[in-house]
Amino acid sequence: MTLRDVKVGSTVKVISVDESPIKQRLMSMGLIPNTRVEILSSAFLGDPISIRLRAYNLAIRKHDAEKILVAEG
Amino acid sequence: MSILSVALTGNPNCGKSTIFNELTGLHQKIGNYPGVTVDKKVGVVEYKDRKISVVDLPGTYSINARSQEEKVVSDYFRDNKPDIVVDIIDASNMARNLFLTLQLMEQGIPLIINLNMMDEAERHGIKINEEKLEEAFGMPVTSTVGRSNASVRTLLDVFTNTRMSNYKPSKLLQAHIDKVNALKASDKPADEIDEEIITARYDFIDKVMESAVTINAANKSLADKLDAYLANGVSSLVIMVAMFYLLFQIAFNWIGQPLADMLGEFFEENVAVAASEAMTAAGVADWMQSLVSDGIIVGVGSVLSFVPLIFTLFFFLSFLDGTGYMARVAFVMDPIMRRAGLSGKGIMPLIMGFGCGVPAIMGARTLDSHKDRMISILITPFLTCNAKVPIIALFAAMFFPNNAADIVFAMYFTGLTVAIIMAKVLGSTMFKGEESTFLLELPPYRMPDLKTVLLETWDKGKGYIVKAGTIIFAMSVAIWFLSNFNSDGMTDDMSESYLAGIGSVTSTIFAPQGFDTWEAGAAIVTGVMAKEAVVSTLGILYGADDVSTEAEDADETSEVMLATGMGSAFTPLAALAFIVFTQLYSPCVTALGTIKKETQSWKWMGFAFLYTCAVAWIASLLVYQVGKILGFE
Repeated sequence: MTLRDVKVGSTVKVISVDESPIKQRLMSMGLIPNTRVEILSSAFLGDPISIRLRAYNLAIRKHDAEKILVAEG
Repeated sequence: MSILSVALTGNPNCGKSTIFNELTGLHQKIGNYPGVTVDKKVGVVEYKDRKISVVDLPGTYSINARSQEEKVVSDYFRDNKPDIVVDIIDASNMARNLFLTLQLMEQGIPLIINLNMMDEAERHGIKINEEKLEEAFGMPVTSTVGRSNASVRTLLDVFTNTRMSNYKPSKLLQAHIDKVNALKASDKPADEIDEEIITARYDFIDKVMESAVTINAANKSLADKLDAYLANGVSSLVIMVAMFYLLFQIAFNWIGQPLADMLGEFFEENVAVAASEAMTAAGVADWMQSLVSDGIIVGVGSVLSFVPLIFTLFFFLSFLDGTGYMARVAFVMDPIMRRAGLSGKGIMPLIMGFGCGVPAIMGARTLDSHKDRMISILITPFLTCNAKVPIIALFAAMFFPNNAADIVFAMYFTGLTVAIIMAKVLGSTMFKGEESTFLLELPPYRMPDLKTVLLETWDKGKGYIVKAGTIIFAMSVAIWFLSNFNSDGMTDDMSESYLAGIGSVTSTIFAPQGFDTWEAGAAIVTGVMAKEAVVSTLGILYGADDVSTEAEDADETSEVMLATGMGSAFTPLAALAFIVFTQLYSPCVTALGTIKKETQSWKWMGFAFLYTCAVAWIASLLVYQVGKILGFE
């Protein structure tokens, strides 16, 4: 499952982050394996989404969320 | 005693600018770092007979030199050794904020950790043990309360009393640094090393947080409650449109425009009259009087009269930015902007472009990628700025009296459509391959610090005043000269002037568009100086005495103008082609100057001029020729 598929309102745990141009930026902002992420809301037409991690909110496009592997828990 | 040097560093949205403004107030200078469009803010404060210089470094999440801001921060620490470095931490968002802290400490930079907005953190049920934190890093820890002057002033005591050489990294921190150095020295691929280091940093941070911070799961925060409406689905889009409609109403119609009108009147009735009386009394030559009254005062006055409007708009935008709402606007608009090949953050410059292109072009510097910045700068000139409205309004009232409002709306729509199409075209040709990215923190909603809002407003607005005194001043003199002189000297007959000559040469290229009169050509040339000049030039050239450049006076003006030769100079179709051309062609000189400044390139400025003219020429050609085929005239 990737972060793209997670429903608004649920919380998941990051398994790994795939290669992407913003991979290092994502990781520097705390999105690394074992981090818990909650999906808060989505913009018009469902993309981008707003997520909560490490006590702050971050907006990310689904195209980039697809590169983040997650599991329930 | 020598000057004490202090550098402030920290994440975006950590309240750093507020602390800087509180410390230095008006004693700050904003410049540019060489080679990049990042603001360099330096201020001086005197405390207990000690001079303290404070640098406000741009807010960054890390220092990996991936963005202009990050490069500025890492270059700063490579080239400077300030006496004190203060890392400002948003206390309610410690984990991510400490990442930068750790990265700086790994580079051997001793620093004071200042926990900011402690009050907000406590409201969120976050308790921080400062002693434990100090112990964990081996570095001094202080705290401030957001928006409290007194707590910020206590930092000055800390600055003068702290000797950073007394502090050494703790054993725990030193072990982490050794680990990072070992990782750096290993022979794994560079990417893998970077990622392992990032993970090691968060491991350290998690350990520190566990020992020094307790979090009592708080209620749903205000941000989450508001975001359910302001950053969620269709409702957010509706609220945003309503919000900006209101903002523009306030800025333009309720505050900005009335103030602008008063200032314009003051220039016309007081400054111009007083100047001409004084010059007559002093026996100044006629040509000199004409230069000052008709050239400089009219030209500079027309620009200065926009100052209240610009300041009001900037004030509200800075205020909204301070609340954290602007990040939501970018979020809400991303689905639409993405389809044009841009990012949600690009909406702000574009919104400003409907007011004035100059701040819009300057606003492009906040965008993430080179591609986003360049495209934003290059498409802004197509939007309907305030100065173009009088042209559209006048022609619509003169030639389309029954559909005037439709024509005005159609021109706004044309400008926006061309901007979007050109964003697509530029994105898939000149800037192909560069990726547009969107990763944006949605900060908590906060009441903005008024001092910071006012300082920002002043900083952005003052450039506009400087411009009135320089470029517009010079251009006013030039246009005055061209419209009052020919090779025989001064002339009263404008149709014999240099300007008429230039106008008739220019007009030859508009034969296929149906408006090849020298008057139209001259208006197009002066319009490059300022778009308002198109209407005033046509007014002067067709011999109307009193032509208003205010859009709401268009009905009266159109009656006056119809009585002159202008009514028969354009067919309705040629008039439509003319407004399409003036809507799209070259940015005004001030905007061109801003493009030069922001891109740091004459080449891009030249490109912006030529390609907008080409697009405008083709678009107006299409309107005229297709209109003719369809049987209009």
